[in-house]
Amino acid sequence: MIIRIELNEKPCSIEVDDPRVTLLDLLRERLNLTGTKKGCDRGQCGACTVLVDGRRINSCLTLAFSVDGRSVTTVEGLAKGGKLHPIQEVFISRDALQCGFCTPGQLMSAVGLANEMPLRNDPEQIREAMSGNLCRCGAYQGIVEAIMDYHGALSTDGATHETI
Amino acid sequence: MKRFEYIRATSVAEATSAAMEQNAVFLAGGTNLVDLMKVGVSRPDRVIDISGLAELARVEFLPNGGVRIGALVLNTDLAYHPQFSRDYPSVAEALLSAASGQLRNAATAGGNILQKTRCSYFFDLASACNKRQPGAGCDARDGENHGLAILGWSLSCIATHPSDFAVPMVALDAVVEIDGISGHREVLLDAFYTLPGDYPERETVLQPGELVVAIRLPPEAKTFAQHSRYLKLRDRTSFAFALVSVAASLVVEEGMIRDARIALGGVALKPWRARAAETRLKGQVCSDTLFREAAEVALADARPSGNNAAKIELSRRLVVRALRVAEAGNTDQPRSLPGSVFAEQPKVSANG
Repeated sequence: MIIRIELNEKPCSIEVDDPRVTLLDLLRERLNLTGTKKGCDRGQCGACTVLVDGRRINSCLTLAFSVDGRSVTTVEGLAKGGKLHPIQEVFISRDALQCGFCTPGQLMSAVGLANEMPLRNDPEQIREAMSGNLCRCGAYQGIVEAIMDYHGALSTDGATHETI
Repeated sequence: MKRFEYIRATSVAEATSAAMEQNAVFLAGGTNLVDLMKVGVSRPDRVIDISGLAELARVEFLPNGGVRIGALVLNTDLAYHPQFSRDYPSVAEALLSAASGQLRNAATAGGNILQKTRCSYFFDLASACNKRQPGAGCDARDGENHGLAILGWSLSCIATHPSDFAVPMVALDAVVEIDGISGHREVLLDAFYTLPGDYPERETVLQPGELVVAIRLPPEAKTFAQHSRYLKLRDRTSFAFALVSVAASLVVEEGMIRDARIALGGVALKPWRARAAETRLKGQVCSDTLFREAAEVALADARPSGNNAAKIELSRRLVVRALRVAEAGNTDQPRSLPGSVFAEQPKVSANG
């Protein structure tokens, strides 16, 4: 079957001969986009998070055949024209990573969560919304701060959030 | 993963017809099925992808006051639907207390009610499991079973149903709409599930080839809108299955309970409707004493299936607490930790 997707805003078509191929393996093994990571491969760690039609999902639990005709955004699609995406900037400024393995998934999840719910000035809400992304280095403090910076900057009133 | 034939259905009729083949399964969000296929518990010969059937992805508010949830409506979309979450707050709270954001974005309403138990012996091919392999035995009986069933279990299976969504849906008398090659039929969600008995490999009344196309709530379900809550106890505050959960819905007029609904999750192989406890509440004035009596009644038939007697008392206390928060009523403020007993509850002590 030929899979046609819009990948990081560019049309992409690729022949896949095996229905068992997940979106994660399609990206990493067939399209050489290795930014998306394989952690648990069972939907528990979130390292493989990508956006499909703007929604964050676990690419390890998604068959490549199922995304035919849809748009996929990976961590490689965040930075544009050599300039980092704002979420990448705040992850750096808040020191929101150590080893970096979970970071692509954290970034995609952080970008995607704003499409799901009205965000409040509430770190607990961010922690719950990010509970599908594990970080073995334990950089959670910086991750929550970074995401609050990012969404605070996006909010229309521009209100700064409380210190956490 | 075993190789399979992949078919993308373009209509419900095409899907149900393709499903008459031996060992065929429907694929929607894939969050449970693909996982089961990876570990080898599910080994279908044919996978029918229904995720493109747009007619199954709608929430329809019916002229009679009920609501029809298409089987492919995503958990996230249903939970944040403004009118749905206002009319059925306990259902929205249950949906948001489940899984992670990524999983809720892929998981569908139909897939949610059909998900498999997370009993670890069911997932482990090296363990004996009557559900996975009829007649093999049950390693959970003498194994790690502190989280397993206290109601409706049998000697052949002590697993629990993992869904949060299905718990308030059973409480609110949801109806499952089913299509098959022999036509359309409807079954109460409560009667849709079967208890393990001697045949734990069977979990629902679905016949081969039948597809859940929608789940409906009757008009009276929204009469509980002001006093409907879902509380969930689990090993961590987010992204964990329930040890015990309770959906409690009341119609309260001047302190008097006009109508009551209670269902428990995580205690049996189906969401457990506590009808006798509901009867105990109706026509009575809200009080802690009354709520404790109702909790006693709700758990009257409970017995441990292993090292899990603690779940019985845990369930009683959670019934009391869920009734208290349901009486206190809903707030417009969405909760940061949905379903969590650690979230701030209006007018209810955190340690009650």
